[in-house]
Amino acid sequence: MQRIGVFVCHCGSNIAATVDVKKVVEMAALEPGVVHAEDYQYMCSEAGQAKIAEAIHEKKLTGIVVCSCSPRMHEATFRKAAERAGINPYMVEIANIREHCSWIHKDMEEATKKAVILARAAIAKVNLNTPLQAGESLVTKRALVIGGGIAGIQTALDIADAGYEVDIVEKTPSIGGRMSQLDKTFPTLDCSACILTPKMVDAAAHEKITIYTYSEVDKVTGFVGDFTVDIRKKARSVDATKCTGCGVCQEKCPSKKSLSEFNRGLNTRSAIYTPFAQAIPNVPVIDRDACLKFKTGKCGLCEKVCQAGAIDYTQQDEIVTQKYGAIVVATGFDTIKLDKYDEYAYNQSKDVITSLELERIMNAAGPTKGHLERLSDGKAPKEMVFIQCVGSRCSDDRGKSYCSKICCMYTAKHAMLIRDKYPDVNVTVFYIDVRTPGKNFDEFYRRAVEEYGVNYIKGQVGKVAPLANGKLLVQASDLIDNKQIKKEADMVVLATAIEPDPSVRKIATMLTASIDTNNFLTEAHPKLRPVESPTAGVFLSGVCQGPKDIPETVAQAGAAAVKAIGLLAKDKLMTNPCTAKADELLCNGCSTCANVCPYGAITYEVKLINDHGIREERRVATVNNALCQGCGACTVACPSGAMDLQGFSNRQILAEVDAICR
Amino acid sequence: MSIENKEFRPKIVAFCCNWCSYAGADLAGSSRLAYPADVKIIRVPCSCRVNPMFILRAFQKGADGVIICGCHPGDCHYSTGNYYARRRMTLLFSMLDYIGIENGRTRVEWVSAAEGVKFSTTMNEFVEKIHSLGENVRLEDLRCKN
Repeated sequence: MQRIGVFVCHCGSNIAATVDVKKVVEMAALEPGVVHAEDYQYMCSEAGQAKIAEAIHEKKLTGIVVCSCSPRMHEATFRKAAERAGINPYMVEIANIREHCSWIHKDMEEATKKAVILARAAIAKVNLNTPLQAGESLVTKRALVIGGGIAGIQTALDIADAGYEVDIVEKTPSIGGRMSQLDKTFPTLDCSACILTPKMVDAAAHEKITIYTYSEVDKVTGFVGDFTVDIRKKARSVDATKCTGCGVCQEKCPSKKSLSEFNRGLNTRSAIYTPFAQAIPNVPVIDRDACLKFKTGKCGLCEKVCQAGAIDYTQQDEIVTQKYGAIVVATGFDTIKLDKYDEYAYNQSKDVITSLELERIMNAAGPTKGHLERLSDGKAPKEMVFIQCVGSRCSDDRGKSYCSKICCMYTAKHAMLIRDKYPDVNVTVFYIDVRTPGKNFDEFYRRAVEEYGVNYIKGQVGKVAPLANGKLLVQASDLIDNKQIKKEADMVVLATAIEPDPSVRKIATMLTASIDTNNFLTEAHPKLRPVESPTAGVFLSGVCQGPKDIPETVAQAGAAAVKAIGLLAKDKLMTNPCTAKADELLCNGCSTCANVCPYGAITYEVKLINDHGIREERRVATVNNALCQGCGACTVACPSGAMDLQGFSNRQILAEVDAICR
Repeated sequence: MSIENKEFRPKIVAFCCNWCSYAGADLAGSSRLAYPADVKIIRVPCSCRVNPMFILRAFQKGADGVIICGCHPGDCHYSTGNYYARRRMTLLFSMLDYIGIENGRTRVEWVSAAEGVKFSTTMNEFVEKIHSLGENVRLEDLRCKN
């Protein structure tokens, strides 16, 4: 029989305001096995933990029930406290009477009743708990960073500087990401390429960093400290070891009609291409869908002109398998598609562009060589209108419910740059709210208004209509003067919502990292563990976790790196001892459990079994504790009931069911 | 047994996987999204840990409804657990319906860690459904009433 102590937390008033904690203590004390029950203001505090330790010593407790917040919050805290006081940490169970009770119920009597039942279930479970010993597993001292934008580059640099090997996997032909497409950056207006390219070069030159561009993660197996990842290096059709990056192939390539991804489809590129001049690696890729050699079998011009002999039409995709201790996701973002926003005439007029397209237009290496001009007729605009929150803060399902966070600032930047370079251009911004929280952000926005005379109008744009004279009619409401506005514009720029890059979906599934309804990766705790995924060993860097600007991304990238380094610095990890265990007397060696195990943790051995005096050799299941992750699939699949899950055993769960239904 | 004078308070057991649905329930809690206190949650590592035996036992012991919540298909923390759960529960629920525990008393729902609202809505709906079905008389009367 266990000697159980029950500790009921008030959590200030979080629990005590709706749950009569004294009553819970009183009722818990009546349960079988309970020899001690008390309540305290904050059980997780040092004083609270000391109370637990004291009771363990005084009452010789063997099991602990803490009625408090979610076990996802403080289970580890209380397990450690119990361990310090000398009992096995797995003899602790939590009754979640905060998130699952006091916070969702108003009626004190009802909430108290429920809290009593939840406590009762936890007590029933602890009565059947057995001490468990955590095993150890080795840590592979190498990190994988998925995504080679500023987030991925910064994370990789930080991890590599700490002395660990890092691989970056980037799906496009070059690292650099979205930041490489930007012209200037707020709030300092320094040139994006000028601050990014040195980092790209650092990453490429770092002896601890290996960069796989034009590559994708194909498969992930394993677990924290010991992931095995297949990286697919897509066929580049160019031998990177021979290519000198001279660029002659791109000049001579006769197929030049593919839309440039880097320039957001505003101009074209050749079939063999590097996305931009500062690309790293400076090795082109053949777009096989556009290449005449691949389409018709004729051409082969690039091969003829390449003096290094680097062109290889026969190159195949290559799979590289590598082991990692930690994985950082830095897959970034894209802008949403505007198909559902017909009212802005994005698909009807070339002069309605997204802000990211404007970045390319403003950039000296962009499709217009940095000249601000209308894409329809090449004329310089005189009236420019910016529309904010296109698809952001949207209440219907056309757009996103969240604020994209960066748009207010980059629009202020665009407006300011345009007014600076072309003082005769009038700039009007239609906004819902101007949000400028950030260091020097509001000052920046005020400069746009006060020094550069940008015309900000609070109001939503209802329609943009192309006119016969080539201009665009913008119809909007002015919410402050409460009137309708009609304005003719030469160009309209849409601050298009950002969303996680679509590739993140597949990656999250491979990593079993959870994702929210907007496809942003979920953090382990929104406040206290913002760069960790709930999946151990997976970390989050940049916009894949939520909208962020560059300074925040870099800060988070560093934070993710530190968390990864913290993991890689360990030689061994404690493994979860809640693993499956076969009862060899019941096992008939049928292999059903092995078939459902997603980790290949179950093998079979022929063992000499002493079955109630009958000694015979039998084929029985054995669980490899290092591989078993404790899902319990085998326990239900086993036809003879031989498999059970330690920590969540059949008897324990049935005891909880009984306690709840009593 | 006459329940006419007493307000019917159903006993509802919710099995929630640790990674998605339990966290979704936590989020419902921290967002103060109310659902009836009749729902009591049992934490399991994965929806595939829910043995049909647990559900039968709940009905034997007088539960009026049992709901199993797991990660969305494709998002299981253990890759495939929720698929096993889905198949098992389809069979079990059909068998239970056959022996008189109506389909409405059993449910499988996918709730992610980010879906506090969905968790709360699901529980509200489920409790309402159980209310409309009334007390689960049959198994309780026939089987172990104590």
